[in-house]
Amino acid sequence: MRKFILLFVVAGITALAQTKAGDAANGKRLFEKNACYQCHGYWGQGGVAGARLAQTKLPFVAFSAFVRNPPSGSMPPFRAKVMSDQELADVYAYIKSIPEPKPAKDIPLLNY
Amino acid sequence: MSDSKNPVGRRGFLKRAAAGGAGLAATAPIALAQQAALKPETGSGVDVTPNLRPGSDFMVDVFKTLGIEYIAANPGSSFRGLQESFINYGKNTSPEWLTCCHEESSVAMAHGYAKIEGKPMMIMAHGTVGLQHASMAIYNAYCDRVPVYIVLGNILDVNYRRGTAEWVHSVQDAAAMVRDYTKWDDTPVSLSHFAESAVRAYNISMTPPYEPVVLVADGTLQEEPVTEKSLRIPKLVMSAPPQGDSGAVAEAARLLLNAENPVIVAGRVARTPKGIEHLVELADVLQARVQDQRMRMNFPSAHPLYGHPGAGIATPNLSEHDAILALEAQDLWGITHKMTGLNKFGMESQPTTKPGAKVITVSAIDLNHKSNYQDFGRYVEADLAITGDPEATLPELIEAVKKLLTPDRRRALQERGAKIAAENQAGRMRNRELAAIAWDASPISTARLSAELWAQIKNEDWSLVSNDRFVSSWPTRLWDFSKPYHYIGAQGGAGIGYQAPAAVGAALANKKHGRLTVNIQCDGDLNYAPGVLWTAAHHKIPMLNVMHNNRAYHEERMYLALLGAKYDRDLGRSDIGTALNGPNIDYASIAKGYGLYAEGPITDPKDLGPALKRAIERVKAGEPALLDVVTQPR
Repeated sequence: MRKFILLFVVAGITALAQTKAGDAANGKRLFEKNACYQCHGYWGQGGVAGARLAQTKLPFVAFSAFVRNPPSGSMPPFRAKVMSDQELADVYAYIKSIPEPKPAKDIPLLNY
Repeated sequence: MSDSKNPVGRRGFLKRAAAGGAGLAATAPIALAQQAALKPETGSGVDVTPNLRPGSDFMVDVFKTLGIEYIAANPGSSFRGLQESFINYGKNTSPEWLTCCHEESSVAMAHGYAKIEGKPMMIMAHGTVGLQHASMAIYNAYCDRVPVYIVLGNILDVNYRRGTAEWVHSVQDAAAMVRDYTKWDDTPVSLSHFAESAVRAYNISMTPPYEPVVLVADGTLQEEPVTEKSLRIPKLVMSAPPQGDSGAVAEAARLLLNAENPVIVAGRVARTPKGIEHLVELADVLQARVQDQRMRMNFPSAHPLYGHPGAGIATPNLSEHDAILALEAQDLWGITHKMTGLNKFGMESQPTTKPGAKVITVSAIDLNHKSNYQDFGRYVEADLAITGDPEATLPELIEAVKKLLTPDRRRALQERGAKIAAENQAGRMRNRELAAIAWDASPISTARLSAELWAQIKNEDWSLVSNDRFVSSWPTRLWDFSKPYHYIGAQGGAGIGYQAPAAVGAALANKKHGRLTVNIQCDGDLNYAPGVLWTAAHHKIPMLNVMHNNRAYHEERMYLALLGAKYDRDLGRSDIGTALNGPNIDYASIAKGYGLYAEGPITDPKDLGPALKRAIERVKAGEPALLDVVTQPR
């Protein structure tokens, strides 16, 4: 686990130095084109097949490190040939742009 | 109705048969009505034997002693004799004939029915082409340990075959094709043999582990007049289920009580309502968490000791437990080990259990292992393996635990239970927050779909008859499952095409109890044999079908994307061969065509609640209904 965190940090610093600001609209397109939605849902809500991405608390550096080198068994690696650093930044911008959900207490159907 | 030539009388016989379903030894009326053969009339092309009865009438007498309520079948000439006897001689009651459009539907209907009613439905099929259609559904039932009573038509004697169809529909050994995934079969060569094997087949099917059985009804035996003397029907004796060895059960109790944090993994535990009561009692006595794999309705989902109520129900995290009691658990090796994500040579695996954790297994499946199909899973190095039916073994295990329990230990267990209950409550609240994400999304989120449904059914006597894993287990995470018919698990063999017909069979079983049957129906599954919707309409089987229409065989689409990523390929092409769009399929129109009330496609979540309300009104009036809801992938 420590090794993994270290990997995040090292990869993150490298990625941070190289990445431009993301384009959320293009990120949404790539999120669908590159099959991210298949496991994580169109709104990044997550489910039985993939983790929640919407409103992720991960900084981009950690997000990028995870996508490029996911822990064994969690998901396939998405390398630069499939998604460039810029495209990954766009996807990140998209999932950060997904609006915060209402608290469950404000949704009558979730209060029972 | 009484037969002047029959001193017993059919009505009297049937009355005795019905009263004695599990204790009948009878002399059949057919046997007493034997007549000297008349000369066949000429010129009609059909031999008329007005004062004789066919063997199939006697077969009907036999089946009526077994208490089978329904026969599901697509008609076939190899069992025409039996069909004619069922509908005329048997008056199409007990059992009643259900018209099916595909043999796979017949078997899957029986599969769903058995999981609600706790006993088998009969299905009939050609011994060749019908069984070939039925085979995947039989495999599902086999893997799911479900009883199905299969009767196959066949003409064994070459001298009795007429025309091409009867030659191509005949086979030396009809049951051979499914012998690897049925528990027992026989091909009787006389009516007395048939009676004995029919009764034996029922007993075998209903002795745990429950499984499908096959009986071949030979065409000659069905259609020729009865000539055998002194025919009788053996009484049906039901065997007591196999129970685990007492010494081993006592050792299991010791291991569980000595553990600091034991867990119960429940696979296929509850065969009857008693199974749920026993599991609740064991969990309460031990104050141990129950990880329900949702193969059956095993444990109330709102119970404070219910396992982590998240999306990964089938693969729970067991790493914090020092004793694991696995009750007929599915893929126990898989849930106690971690493997490389994608298949590859030299796949790595490592245990995910706590070092030194004790693994105890209780399962009756060991009594029926076969070698060809690999449903037994990877070998588990258990510390204590008990062969026995979990439900039958639990009462002795509970008593053994109670016997060892001291007041001090009881206090410690209460503290453990309180901690689990607090975690459980926090998990349930967290699920509601997670359900709020994508609440207003279109396509509609599976969490929203489940919450809208729950709002409409929670005050009804409901029964969910579909596997909820494909909708990220949201019903399990949001609803309150407590009654035996609230959930029935999944396919067993992961064979798609099960869901729609199994739901119809389960709805049929629920009908006489007045329950509101709910089926969350995957789109890919419905396309295998949608004709079962017509069967539901024709037989007036009330049920609410809500499409989980993600417009794909989505599980496979995800696999293609995974493999594409492995080799840096275009993941967008994973739609090829998996997506069900272009054109989108109009399930509401299909359902209407089969005679159902239907609405859709529904894409705006705001429209879902009112549509559910309208559909449920129709279901409560006795109709099947379908709502086509366009959904998020999972």
